[in-house]
Amino acid sequence: MRWRKHTNQIIGFLVVLPSILLIAVFVYGFIGRALWASLTDWGKDPSQALALNPVTRFIGLQNYRELFTGFIDGRFRQDMVSTIFFTVFFLAGCLLFGLLLAILIDHKPRGEALFRGIFLFPFALSFVVTGTIWRWLLQPGGGVNALPTLVGLRPATFDWLTSRHQVWRFDWNDLPVIIGLLAALTLAAVAVVARRAQRRRRAVGFALASAAVLGLAVGVAPGWRPLPFPELHGFNLAFIGIIIAAVWQMAGYTMALYLAGLTGIPEELREAAVVEGANDWQLYTRIILPLMAPITLSAMIVLGHISLKIFDLVFAMAGPDNAWTDVPALLMFITTFRGNQFAKGAAIGIILLVLVAMIIVPYLRSQLRKGVRE
Amino acid sequence: MNRPGSFFLAAALASLFVTAPARAQDKLEIFSWWAGDEGPALKALIDLYSKKYPGIQVINSTVTGGSGVNARAVLKTRMLGGDPPDSFQVHAGQELIGTWVVANRMEDLSDLFKSEGWTAQFPKGLIALLSARNGIWSVPVNIHRSNVMWYVPANLKKWGVSPPKTVDEFLATCKTLQGKGVQHPLALGENWTYNHLWESVALGVLGPEDWTALWTGKLKFNDPKAVKVWATFAQVLEFANPDASGLSWQQATDRMLKGDAAFNVMGDWAAGYMATTLKLKPGEGFGWEASPGTGGVFMMLSDSFGLPKGVKHREAALKWLRELGSKEGQDTFNPLKGSIAARLDSDLSKYNAYLQSAAKDWKTSKVVGSLAHGAVAPEAFASQFGTVMEIFLASKNAEAAANAAQAIADQVGLGK
Repeated sequence: MRWRKHTNQIIGFLVVLPSILLIAVFVYGFIGRALWASLTDWGKDPSQALALNPVTRFIGLQNYRELFTGFIDGRFRQDMVSTIFFTVFFLAGCLLFGLLLAILIDHKPRGEALFRGIFLFPFALSFVVTGTIWRWLLQPGGGVNALPTLVGLRPATFDWLTSRHQVWRFDWNDLPVIIGLLAALTLAAVAVVARRAQRRRRAVGFALASAAVLGLAVGVAPGWRPLPFPELHGFNLAFIGIIIAAVWQMAGYTMALYLAGLTGIPEELREAAVVEGANDWQLYTRIILPLMAPITLSAMIVLGHISLKIFDLVFAMAGPDNAWTDVPALLMFITTFRGNQFAKGAAIGIILLVLVAMIIVPYLRSQLRKGVRE
Repeated sequence: MNRPGSFFLAAALASLFVTAPARAQDKLEIFSWWAGDEGPALKALIDLYSKKYPGIQVINSTVTGGSGVNARAVLKTRMLGGDPPDSFQVHAGQELIGTWVVANRMEDLSDLFKSEGWTAQFPKGLIALLSARNGIWSVPVNIHRSNVMWYVPANLKKWGVSPPKTVDEFLATCKTLQGKGVQHPLALGENWTYNHLWESVALGVLGPEDWTALWTGKLKFNDPKAVKVWATFAQVLEFANPDASGLSWQQATDRMLKGDAAFNVMGDWAAGYMATTLKLKPGEGFGWEASPGTGGVFMMLSDSFGLPKGVKHREAALKWLRELGSKEGQDTFNPLKGSIAARLDSDLSKYNAYLQSAAKDWKTSKVVGSLAHGAVAPEAFASQFGTVMEIFLASKNAEAAANAAQAIADQVGLGK
């Protein structure tokens, strides 16, 4: 019996070995390669940029420093701001519409299966197709802007993707203060939640941390200015069209996630609530939504990493050169393959990887821990 | 395990790797961005080649995208991966020299130029642009002019204006046109056409000597003279359509033809589009003039083909280059493409009225190189110039744009 168990283990190992090797080389190997490239001067000297065996020198974090504080890299900083705004609105839109659609279908209207199919269908398209369709719809002289003329009104005049307006502008130099205030606010919120949950020591700890960060943000951060000149960034209105297209595509997917969750809620719970005299509103806000929290988290993870890495949708909708709809992934492509700045392109790639990891890793850890407990 | 089955699988897999290079000797892969409207001209060249060398199979690898924006990215991944196409299209000048020649990836074609007698057939100024490091690096197929302003003669007559000759005249004419109900007298397209317009304005403001001095590093971008370019550019943009970035260059030209706009500054491939695709008669359906303030100057760009080191079919590629530089090849390609031959001895009877006038200008004008189309600045500068343009469009601050341009020029070592 013993050798039998052994061979099973060996066979098991052999079966997964190719995939371990492939992932080690083609995922982690290349991440390491990109990280190394981002710490060199590859591309700064044109005679080495595209040589057959480029000679590069190690220059530490200089590429990263240039991206965040360099004179000519303002486009990268605007892209970072844009991607944060895009992520927030995209997540909010998908979760809101996904939940609404799921609740509608959960009420089992007539033709429920048909509607489910219709709502889910955009998810089956590729981002390039979605982007092309919406590019046509959002042309300033037609499409969506011409809709009001159907009912005899004047055509709308919003520029959509060609808009050059920016709102909610702030100086990049104020960023340390803004981040500090946001961190303090988050910590304070955690403290309030802990207080409500009757965990006093935790609440006091977080309240103190919040106060300390607040002190840093107000006392120290204003003295630290990354740039020697003011540089305004904000939310580009041209992104509204891209957010609409992205939500249109992914809301159906979010709906499917919520539907799976809703069908998983035992009927007894609902019946019990109704017997206790809860109306529909109370049923959803007090019983069902709290039970949906894990689904919401999963949806945020999946959607969040899509939005940080978004490339094809923007490329198809607005092209790679429209700086008003630029995102870091596009800039990485342009910097690398047009400007021949391979090291700087790699640095942008690594920054994106870190951002995505900040979302994924805590999730994976919590999932793994749960798995072990079960 | 099923032995015969796995044997067949292995054999099938192996055959995949073996059959591919078996007939390697009689192929030629050419890499370009000529598709769509420009496709027929390339096809005529390939047909000519196939007639001459029926044994060689031509693989036409085209990557679409105006001005080669996408093709160049694909080319880089192929070159970095050690899989160069046998010959690739590239803008003559710094786009080739600053990227591929300095990286030691191209073969010197000086001997080919000598044996074919091309050093005498092409103008001296063009040879100088193709040369660097004691070599000549690509074969120019055509010459395009960047600084052309297009209009519809009948429309201008209707509005009672004549084509402006100087920048000031242009601004005054546009003002008049706005008074006559032409909201946006200047038709403009997506992002690279801004850079294209900029170089015509800059040439008009600076003149040919100072324009050339910008690229040799003798005139700084933040010199008051160069700052004035941006200020004038802002005035010109006042008359352009605000939805420009959603339009291709063809759509922008269409606006001018439809009478929604009076003028369109675009390279003379627009003549090919209007004459070949839209079947308009040069001089009647559309008219042209050097862009304001640039009369007597020919801002040129040229499509050329080079020979990368380590290609699979070198002999076939050399035959291709010989055809490109020949009189027959150039006179086959250019009338269809809507450009003029780089050679001085081309048969002008094959060309339409616009091209004949351009060929005359090519021989008599002062020649300078284009920024937006890769002649005067290396790619590292040209691609970041887009960022400068965005800084300017966002802030309309001439001083800031000029400083950013100079910062990039310093970073890439322009003129060194």
